[in-house]
Amino acid sequence: MAGRVEATVQAVFREERGLLLAALVRRFGDLDLAEEVTSEAIEAALVRWPVDGVPPKPGAWLMTTARRKAVDRLRRDQAYAARLAVLQVEADRAAPAPSPDGQLPDERLQLFFTCAHPALPAEDRTALTLRCLAGLTTPEVARAFLVPSATMGKRIVRAKNRIRTARIPFRVPDAAELPGRLPGVLQVVYSIFTEGYAASSGPDLQRLDLAEEAIRLARILRRLLPGEREVAGLLALMLLIHARRDARTGPDGDLVLLDDQDRGRWDRAMISEGTALVEVALTGGPPGLYGVQAAIAALHDEAPDVAGTDWPQIVGLYDVLRGLAPSPVVELNRAVAVAMRDGPAAGLPLLDALADEPRLREYSPFPAARGDLLRRLGRHTDAAEAYREALALAGTEPERAHLRRRLAEVAKP
Amino acid sequence: MKYLMLINAGLNDEGDVTGGCTPEGWQLFYKEIKEAGVHLHGNPLADFTTAATVRVDDRGERVITDGPFAESREVLGGYFVVDVPDLDVALDWAARCPGSRDGGSIVVRPLADYES
Repeated sequence: MAGRVEATVQAVFREERGLLLAALVRRFGDLDLAEEVTSEAIEAALVRWPVDGVPPKPGAWLMTTARRKAVDRLRRDQAYAARLAVLQVEADRAAPAPSPDGQLPDERLQLFFTCAHPALPAEDRTALTLRCLAGLTTPEVARAFLVPSATMGKRIVRAKNRIRTARIPFRVPDAAELPGRLPGVLQVVYSIFTEGYAASSGPDLQRLDLAEEAIRLARILRRLLPGEREVAGLLALMLLIHARRDARTGPDGDLVLLDDQDRGRWDRAMISEGTALVEVALTGGPPGLYGVQAAIAALHDEAPDVAGTDWPQIVGLYDVLRGLAPSPVVELNRAVAVAMRDGPAAGLPLLDALADEPRLREYSPFPAARGDLLRRLGRHTDAAEAYREALALAGTEPERAHLRRRLAEVAKP
Repeated sequence: MKYLMLINAGLNDEGDVTGGCTPEGWQLFYKEIKEAGVHLHGNPLADFTTAATVRVDDRGERVITDGPFAESREVLGGYFVVDVPDLDVALDWAARCPGSRDGGSIVVRPLADYES
């Protein structure tokens, strides 16, 4: 019984924590206070609910409890007394009335923009978003970033102090500012995803959790900003990449490249959800960065195999992408797609044209891609040289193992 | 909430101040910020080559050098103080200031408030 109640509390905690926190921040304008009373309300629930039963509207119960605790705390604190009077008036005027069905008003969007404020250092933004919106504890956030818990604790305290001292507002940017501020929010969510996706050495469940947290956050954003196509694009991109998670590693935890993955192990439901979102992202206006990348991912996910991939369309999408955000990495990927469409002889000069790019000089996928094209052209000696170059630059053991296999193929007498 | 705006001009390789902000641009900005009722006070500084820097070392000796930070690509050219509701409004004013353009930048610092 106690176990079941605790499980319910945990579920409520996960679902409602961000909502509660956002609503309390809105009311009291203090992230620290909001966090403390949210935790206290959860603790109170753990004591009360096993005795009284889980209330019919757990979220509303937690909200009422947390609000009372916040007001008590402010009353006790002399320094806050004057502020409280002002806050109460402001909050009552500004806060939307709770809806009759007991649903909490969704103020998480404000928290998204506060946590991703450009006046905060980038790493603090990600940490704060995970702490405040994803409901991860500080040790969990620390584990995700591979830093000691105390370090992460300090970082989160520093970020919260910064918000309070500089008075970074809790608000959603108005329509004119939104295009400027939204990319920052999307970047935070995407960097949480890539942190979880990072192919280092084998599967790490905690990191898969992190990718799933990012998807969950993107779903919330999508609900809050249904008209923003780049939000749909980001969610689509993450779903379409995450759909391949089970096929990305071999039995020994080694990395399996897209070409060699068992496509039967891809998550079909996730792919169809992602594909539908790509259509939303690319309809009704100029395409955005995430939408185009998601469309490329969708074409890979829909293809029966490498040969059956719609390479002409992928090249077309890279052309759009290079127009939106030109970079040597985009050029590299485009050259590889051209080689798949028109043959290795067509791709090689495109790669060779990138040889002087300083940003590709230390980037192992660049010589690895050259090696692949040279190998397919039968120029085995040149291919071996490119693979050796890639091997020297590769950062992870699974990458090196793959390159050694390739090298052995072309170095055969 | 009061914020100090430090107006930094960019410097080119010769050490000359960059930027082509016109006197009219500055006049218009000061007119706008005063009319908005957020401007408290502020001053432009004289040419940065007239600056001197004092440091007292651990033996208590004064070390006086000419100019502001010799290695910096930017030089403080003036400041103003605004009183606005939050950082975003302060950042808006900073972005409207001609000093934020042409390689210049505005550093926004909240004033410490030990009263509350």
